[in-house]
Amino acid sequence: MSEKHRLVDAGAIVGIGATEFSKESGRSDLQLAIEACEAAIADAGLKPSDIDGFVTFTQDTNPEIEVAKNLGVGEISFFSRIHHGGGAACGTIQQAVLAVSAGVADYVVCYRAFNERSGHRFGTGVQDRAPAPTADTAHFSWYSPHGLLTPAQWVAMFATRYLHEYGATSEDFGRIAVADRKHAANNPKAWFYEKPITLQDHQESRWIVEPLHLLDCCQESDGGQALVVTTPERAKDLPSTPAIVRASAQGAGENQDMMTSYYRESITGLPEMGLIARQLWNTTGLGPDDMQAAIIYDHFTPLALPQLEEFGFCKRGEAKDFIADGNIELGGRLPINTNGGQLGEAYIHGMNGIAEGVRLIRGESTNQPPDVEHVLVTAGTMVPTSALVLGRDH
Amino acid sequence: MADDAAKAAFLAKLKEFEGREVGTQDGADEVNQAMIRHWVEAMGDRNPVYTDAGAAERSVHGQVIAPPVMMQAWVMRGIAPPSRGPGNAQDELMALVESEGFTSVVATNCEQEYDRMVHLGDHLRNRTVIDSVSEEKATGLGVGHFITTRVEYETLEGEPVGRQMFRILKFRAGTGRQAASAGDGEEQARPKRPRPALNRDNQFWFDAAKEHRLVIQRCTGCQALRHPPRPRCDKCGSYEWDAVDASGRGTVYSFVVNHYPQVPSFDYPLAVGLIELEEGTRLVANIVGIDPSEITVGMPVEVEFVDHDADLTLPAFHPTK
Repeated sequence: MSEKHRLVDAGAIVGIGATEFSKESGRSDLQLAIEACEAAIADAGLKPSDIDGFVTFTQDTNPEIEVAKNLGVGEISFFSRIHHGGGAACGTIQQAVLAVSAGVADYVVCYRAFNERSGHRFGTGVQDRAPAPTADTAHFSWYSPHGLLTPAQWVAMFATRYLHEYGATSEDFGRIAVADRKHAANNPKAWFYEKPITLQDHQESRWIVEPLHLLDCCQESDGGQALVVTTPERAKDLPSTPAIVRASAQGAGENQDMMTSYYRESITGLPEMGLIARQLWNTTGLGPDDMQAAIIYDHFTPLALPQLEEFGFCKRGEAKDFIADGNIELGGRLPINTNGGQLGEAYIHGMNGIAEGVRLIRGESTNQPPDVEHVLVTAGTMVPTSALVLGRDH
Repeated sequence: MADDAAKAAFLAKLKEFEGREVGTQDGADEVNQAMIRHWVEAMGDRNPVYTDAGAAERSVHGQVIAPPVMMQAWVMRGIAPPSRGPGNAQDELMALVESEGFTSVVATNCEQEYDRMVHLGDHLRNRTVIDSVSEEKATGLGVGHFITTRVEYETLEGEPVGRQMFRILKFRAGTGRQAASAGDGEEQARPKRPRPALNRDNQFWFDAAKEHRLVIQRCTGCQALRHPPRPRCDKCGSYEWDAVDASGRGTVYSFVVNHYPQVPSFDYPLAVGLIELEEGTRLVANIVGIDPSEITVGMPVEVEFVDHDADLTLPAFHPTK
């Protein structure tokens, strides 16, 4: 991989649209996807017939052809899906940027929609039958027979070691949740609107898997989120303020496993995020000091800390000090998750975080910091993942 | 001994209930189409003989019949039944078993026999007798007594229509674990642990575990050890490998204690460790023989093997003695 790849300023997010975020949408996953895409296309000032590309997750159950059919899009010349759960989020935008910059599509919609709370919930359906013995399922043979079954449990294994090596405490994890919920409390679209928590609430919430309390774990949500990507040139002809994709990157680290990279010499960092940080900073010449806000993937609080370290906002092991100083709240050095994050707004697999990144660039967040020039947005942790730097058009 | 004597005395009291009549109960309503319709809709049973007078007339029955298994429903006492008054044998028996802590209940068996079909307009009653009370049993759910009742069903005119044998287990909640380790196999309710997906790359490791051996894959090209196993050595490129026996000694590199969700295959809180073996590889396994609150990173541990069922043996690690 050349760290000078040519995707700098090669795309723009020109439309965002979402359904409401709930615990029971009362309609199909597919309808949520269609509604979100329709809203995003309208937000971009486009017609469905302008769209000629779609990107989603391999985990999404709504095929692009069904979405296209329902929207009356007609022909589509580009479609792609990204693997690895929440790690796909920013990767969908990168796919779209690749497509529009290469000219294989003009307007690409990236989407993710599910009834993750009222429909099929992750981590359910343990069976006493052996799954088909593929390399994917064989991987989990090292965990599920021992009762290590859920994302929270897989993440907790890293968290224990992180606490041990860096002298951090559960309260340091809790500060991520408190900041998220503080921001959610001021976002009418957030599930936890007007419901802030204190550090004491966090500490008193029940154990899910030690060292994770209930309030370290993100919600399960029903909802859909979509975003429209085109070239910066086309964006100039559209009514909305574009969020320029200054840079986008994917990364899988050395000796990478899906959620269980327990066999690296050290397990307290996220080398795949480090790889992504190098690409984002090296291609743009930007660095952590150039970010006025960030959307840090927060399915579980502990892994927000090494993300801040991998992107260079603080030194390794020092995230606890960075967040203890109030840096991650509105008015601080780096407000994070101004929508409330996935703990506070909704768990739409990171896609709602990208939309918040766009709102921050537009100046439309309900928790808008002043003078936002650049926003870092990250995707799932402990998986092959992705991130974006969004910026203003000049 | 005192404990055994107390149990024997308690059992003798329970046994006095065998054969005692609980009483008769008349159905609140005649057999009627509305209750039948609700029942078959809830059950998803679309046989027209229960609801369609025309279809029923053309059938061998010649008229609408109630689903035979509804027999019990026609005389059920409702969701908040009125008191049967003092001296009711069933109420006394329940109070007696609950006085010894067997407060939890689960229905375990229900067998019905039918003498004839039940039709619209029939009005049923039943007569219940306590058939048997078992000695104390250790089951997967907990320690308890099985109580079997025999219920005869007839019309108000006295024509028999069928009978039902109904068995419940009254047990002490939270005592199932002992039953599982006692391993007597009777009434085991615990589902098996999730199965590993076995393939050519990992089967040898699970086979060795069945022989109570902890093995580590070794590259025969460069002797490097690796876990989890895989087909090719990333250091020397060799596809050739064998396996060596590990010493079984290591330290806790990291660990978690699971509380939720609770899957019935496991006991909670469940400690799962990332164990660093002294050979240098790491593996995930349960940590046993220690209160989870006392586990620490860096703690020395040793392997033992747990035969979870006929097909699954796994290593677990306990603190080094």
